[in-house]
Amino acid sequence: MSEVMDYPSRLSDNKSRKFGTLSYLPPLTDEEIRKEVEYIVQKGWQPMIEHTEPENASLHYWYMWKLPMFGETDVDAILAELEECRKANPGHHIKLVGLDNIRQTQGTALVVYRGDPPEMVMCAERVKPGF
Amino acid sequence: MAKKYEAGVKEYRETYWDPDYTPKDSDVLACFKVVPQPGVPREEAAAAVCAESSTGTWTTVWTDLLTDLDYYKGRAYAVEDVPGDDEAFYAFIAYPMGLFEEGSVVNLFTSLVGNVFGFKAVRNLRLEDVRFPLWFVTTCFGPPNGIHVERDKLDKYGRPLLGCTIKPKLGLSAKNYGRAIYEALRGGLDFTKDDENVNSQPFMRWRDRFLFAQEAINKAEAETGERKGHYLNVTAPTVEEMFKRAEFAKEIGSRIIMSDYLTLGWAAHNSLSRWCRDNGMLLHVHRAMHAVIDRHPKHGINFRVLAKLLRLLGGDHLHSGTVVGKLEGDRQATLGWIDLLRDRYVKEDRARGIFFDQDWGQMPGVFPVASGGIHVWHMPALVSIFGDDSVLQFGGGTLGHPWGNAAGAAANRVALEACVQARNEGRELEKEGKDILTKAAKHSPELKMAMETWKEIKFEFDTVDKLDVAHR
Repeated sequence: MSEVMDYPSRLSDNKSRKFGTLSYLPPLTDEEIRKEVEYIVQKGWQPMIEHTEPENASLHYWYMWKLPMFGETDVDAILAELEECRKANPGHHIKLVGLDNIRQTQGTALVVYRGDPPEMVMCAERVKPGF
Repeated sequence: MAKKYEAGVKEYRETYWDPDYTPKDSDVLACFKVVPQPGVPREEAAAAVCAESSTGTWTTVWTDLLTDLDYYKGRAYAVEDVPGDDEAFYAFIAYPMGLFEEGSVVNLFTSLVGNVFGFKAVRNLRLEDVRFPLWFVTTCFGPPNGIHVERDKLDKYGRPLLGCTIKPKLGLSAKNYGRAIYEALRGGLDFTKDDENVNSQPFMRWRDRFLFAQEAINKAEAETGERKGHYLNVTAPTVEEMFKRAEFAKEIGSRIIMSDYLTLGWAAHNSLSRWCRDNGMLLHVHRAMHAVIDRHPKHGINFRVLAKLLRLLGGDHLHSGTVVGKLEGDRQATLGWIDLLRDRYVKEDRARGIFFDQDWGQMPGVFPVASGGIHVWHMPALVSIFGDDSVLQFGGGTLGHPWGNAAGAAANRVALEACVQARNEGRELEKEGKDILTKAAKHSPELKMAMETWKEIKFEFDTVDKLDVAHR
């Protein structure tokens, strides 16, 4: 059995928290974030930025950074907004969204910067036993 | 001018063969593949199928003259060769709207696939496709939530969803079963699933299963911070029992339940799908018994018709075949019916087995579910074939990981996300799959192990139900 590896996820460890699409990969590099922005632009989606304190990440509504960037296709301009949002909200999770208005949904949504919460935010008290 | 009654037997084609007819937008259109008895001409066989599935019977009856038979009768309006097949032909039939009860899939199919399938004048008969007119679509209920509402509720965008059927399918105690669910969900899956034949057996009664499953979900959600679900199977011996189980699932906070629409019956399933919309519940739909009906290339009902009628009855997920796994499924045909499940308008496309344009109006779409004998090495092909709006379900491919379910789940999640990222970056998944997975495995020992475990497993059997093409 010694070669079996334990799966390290813990309620008590904030590093176990995930953030949807691409959050099981290593944190995105600047080049990888750029490619995701390019993908959103190429799909014709409207870019939007959201952010939140890590302890409130489980809610549907994060803070919207300004307004969705309707019609914006300049990748550098979108990246600059991401950077500005990040500077203004240190320690927050920052999410990049591509709004698909035709299908009335988000074409994609990725947490591109992960904040690092100082203490445990989810705890076993929230989990009620089945019996 | 009033007609006179003449008793006796007429040839069907005198009444039901009408090659000059132009189908109306309000007609229900059907394409049957017919193998007639030897000596029966195509037009007569097509007219016979038409008569028996609409107003006709074997002889003239005096009561025919009490109604406007010219309005109510179906019309066989075309026959066509079946490519690569000398004995079968396609018959196209138009049925007027007045023949059918609004919103009743049950009624419509009781006509279309009723007595006619046992009719002696045809040797074999297969319903290949049905065009549902928009008036019928809008009187049907449709998916209780639909793809985009489900994404919003679960907060999952830009990728296929990941699931796993808990195995062994029968015999686990409720507590051990809950353990298997918890491990798979904490490893990164969005869903786990009851097997279709897990209902409420002595080894695990439904109520115990529901409660242990819900604790497993709650803990995995708290641990990962992501929304998750387990398809609680409410398929039951009676409708009353089915609703009792559904109500309890809702009471304990489950997000999703599951049914088997063919064994449960369409009326019961339709009632359940309405209950799901009223109660904000997602509905996963399994298709036990489908292969009895849809696998034989010359007799029965093509799965594309079963898929379309499920969208009308209502369901948020439907098993659709994987193309690449252990179960039957022609690639082009599968691509055809997953579009029929998801899109608002699907054009006729014979290369994918689609015989009619189908307008779904504003009816929401259904997630196709790829499940059965798939593992991490299939991931690039699955993401490429199914796209984002799908649920990919790895049963053995999760639970069979040498380090257990959590590692198996993590391996699949990492592989999925690596493929999604590569796709977003413009790479060709099916060509570069190996490279993409190998690179992702550098950061994931779980994926590396999964890739070593399942490297050689393939399911390259020939498909039985192929599309009709000239050169087989």
